[in-house]
Amino acid sequence: MVFASVLLGKLSWQVFPKDIVTLGAFVSIVGGGILVAAMLTYFKKWGYLWRQWLTNTDHKKIGVMYIILAVLMLIRGGVDALMMRAQQASAVGASHGVLSASTFQQVFSAHGTIMIFFAAMGLMFGLINLVVPLQIGSRDVAFPFLNLTSFWLFAAGAILINLSLGIGSFSAAGWLAYPPLSELKYSPSVGVDYWIWTLEIAGIGSLMSGINFLTTIIKNRAPGMTLMKMPLFSWSVLCAMFLVIFAFPILTVTISLLFLDRTLGSHFFTASGGGNMMMYVNLIWAWGHPEVYILILPAFGVFSEIVATFSRKKLFGYRTMVWALAAITVLSFSVWVHHFFTMGAGADVNGFFGIMTMIIAIPTGVKIFNWLFTMYKGKIHFNAALYWFFGFVILFTIGGVAGVIMAIPAADFQLHNSLFLVAHFHTMIVSGVLFGYFAGFTYWFPKIFGYRLDEKLGIKTFYLWVIGFILAFFPLYILGFLGATRRINHYAANLGWQPLFVVAGIGAVIIAAGVAMGVWQQIVSYRLRHQYRDKTGDPWNGRTIEWSIPSPAPFYDFKAVPVINDRDAFWVAKKNHQELVSDDDVVDIILPKRAPISFVLGICALIFGFAMIWHIWWLVIVSLIAFVVSLMIRLNDEKPYEVVTAETILKQEKLLKSGHGI
Amino acid sequence: MNEVDIKTISHKKLLNRIYKAEESKFFETASFGFFVYLMTDLVLFASLFAVYAVLEANTVGGPSGQQIFNLNNVLLETLALLISSFTMGLAILSMKKNHRNKVLGYLVISFLLGLVFLLIEMTEFNHLIAIGDSWRRSGFLSGFFVLVGTHGLHIMVGLIWMAIMFYKILKFGLSRVNIRRLTLLSMFWHFLDIVWIFIFTIVYLYGALGR
Repeated sequence: MVFASVLLGKLSWQVFPKDIVTLGAFVSIVGGGILVAAMLTYFKKWGYLWRQWLTNTDHKKIGVMYIILAVLMLIRGGVDALMMRAQQASAVGASHGVLSASTFQQVFSAHGTIMIFFAAMGLMFGLINLVVPLQIGSRDVAFPFLNLTSFWLFAAGAILINLSLGIGSFSAAGWLAYPPLSELKYSPSVGVDYWIWTLEIAGIGSLMSGINFLTTIIKNRAPGMTLMKMPLFSWSVLCAMFLVIFAFPILTVTISLLFLDRTLGSHFFTASGGGNMMMYVNLIWAWGHPEVYILILPAFGVFSEIVATFSRKKLFGYRTMVWALAAITVLSFSVWVHHFFTMGAGADVNGFFGIMTMIIAIPTGVKIFNWLFTMYKGKIHFNAALYWFFGFVILFTIGGVAGVIMAIPAADFQLHNSLFLVAHFHTMIVSGVLFGYFAGFTYWFPKIFGYRLDEKLGIKTFYLWVIGFILAFFPLYILGFLGATRRINHYAANLGWQPLFVVAGIGAVIIAAGVAMGVWQQIVSYRLRHQYRDKTGDPWNGRTIEWSIPSPAPFYDFKAVPVINDRDAFWVAKKNHQELVSDDDVVDIILPKRAPISFVLGICALIFGFAMIWHIWWLVIVSLIAFVVSLMIRLNDEKPYEVVTAETILKQEKLLKSGHGI
Repeated sequence: MNEVDIKTISHKKLLNRIYKAEESKFFETASFGFFVYLMTDLVLFASLFAVYAVLEANTVGGPSGQQIFNLNNVLLETLALLISSFTMGLAILSMKKNHRNKVLGYLVISFLLGLVFLLIEMTEFNHLIAIGDSWRRSGFLSGFFVLVGTHGLHIMVGLIWMAIMFYKILKFGLSRVNIRRLTLLSMFWHFLDIVWIFIFTIVYLYGALGR
């Protein structure tokens, strides 16, 4: 027995799930994995996958991998959402719904964690990877190996959270795992440990990405591109990465301390022994509030690009846009207490944070008006990307006003932890963040893949999402006012809430149809890719330099790095009938080599996390040593670059012009 | 030699040539990126300081800082670390003058002083655990062990890094890559020194004053 517990830690036959829902979910994930593996073997694509994608340090490939993984996680989190909607629509009166209480708790905890950390963050880092180096005229990010490693840490976290379906259980303590509920005494299973190590690994990946992109934007811009000539998407990313750098270490510290409490018996957040559980809530929101701005700022950046491009006008108030971003960046660290006004910090503290919360709405309002003024008297070209903007600007404003209501501490005492709050933050994150990234994906898709997405299906996807969204979340505002609390898994029939919950459920199904339509749009567009081919590299009559290169963007991005003299450098060059760079500027360059070690590091991190969760200490040490040794092997290669000659570049440019590569 | 070999060799030459031209840019990017990393580490320590400040009074019947801190040891630790930071600075100066052996010598001294620091800290920790005042005892001790221990962990990483650097410079001399990495190491070491000054002041000196 002793031997087994040393060898396997807390693992035993008891850990496999017994309820049919969880088991079914796990089996379908594993089955899907086996199916993909079988197809890869059948079509002999393993080598291609390994060389061209999994170990490739090209930022565009990494971006695509982020987005694929994020969409898979979005679907996983979406299934969780559908289960919650089914539960709340059916668990009334004598019926106790479709899920057991403990499954329901795990489902809402997993939904929040997955959607924020893997769906939203994944789409964000995906889009940033795709676009930022192209937009600032840098051939890659500052640290390509680190970039791929970040991705694999992110992937390790994603795998770990899905493992909890089949081995053990997931946290039932909500997406932020407040103590004392998340302490060992009240959550003795491995659920919270899964939560901790998932976020620890993915969070360090995000932090490394933050450092990487900040350095890239500060140090690797094209010559002549001063900060005030930088496109707004890159500006928004710069601000978001600044927030990552300041916020993510706090997350790492907080969950590490929770881990120490649970594993080594320290007293940081325990109810006894001199711990302070409200300190956890303060710390987690000192990360958590900047986190929501980390997600939304790049979406603001996307809209700034799209609105200017499709209005055929210079962006209105570029400088105020930049200052608004900077103001939000700074202010976002001074509002975190509004997540827990009910803590009882007193009127002065609550008053301060309430006012700061209202103030941060001002720069956001400035941005909304700037977008609208950009469209004013512009030649507006309706496009699926712009549809997402219209959905965003209306819904996001409604959600923002709901947020300002809750910024009033007195009102918040009523609305705290109600479904009104749930409706508010879903409005911000779905119609703000997700719509923004969908718009950005539609907009930059041709640059990466060489063909446009089907316009009609894009608009249908948009309508399904918007209608589904309104049906799914507007009833929650009302339910919140009626007194329904969040995470409720059963309510009395005489409250009369059921019709509203049913409407919300229908809305969720329509959103799911929207997801399906989005996938269908991909399939149809791929089949019609020759018809939708982007021959010029500039399908939207764009303004910034990423549109000056052929589509799909070649692996070296720019045949020669252009010199930038204007904010809309490409637009100005087009107006003057000039080329930004000519074939004579092309020289031999070096690009980063493939990095299989990144993949190995991801695997080591995954094993390390798993061993930590199950207290398999020997495996912890082995995986840690493997991690360090792999890193050493990598650092031994002092010139991890390979040459791309000017000849190769010119040959590739010719091929791309003739439609090669899609 | 066949054609393929010739091509590889000329490619290698080309790589070296372009790499050399880009070298100073890589150096600048790496130092900047590493500095940003250090700032994230600073936020990490700031969070731990905040946690310590919140928990400091929560001794729940256990000892307070005044009762367990041995300022003589702390003085020794501080001297060891400050001097090792100084010798690390000397190593960088020698590196700039291209004195390989001096660099190696200063690295050894810095390493040994760092080791002295770490040993004193481990002795202190061992002693506290032995008399039952571990991190399990109270919120205050949890905060103390984790704040000081995180710094100690960083010192340990720094020592391992120094040992590897020593080997690399011994074997390959002051190559460009080694110069770059030694510069980053010295940034790391000075940074830990600064964090220690805050630990020394806020945890030990302020703690020894009592309330």
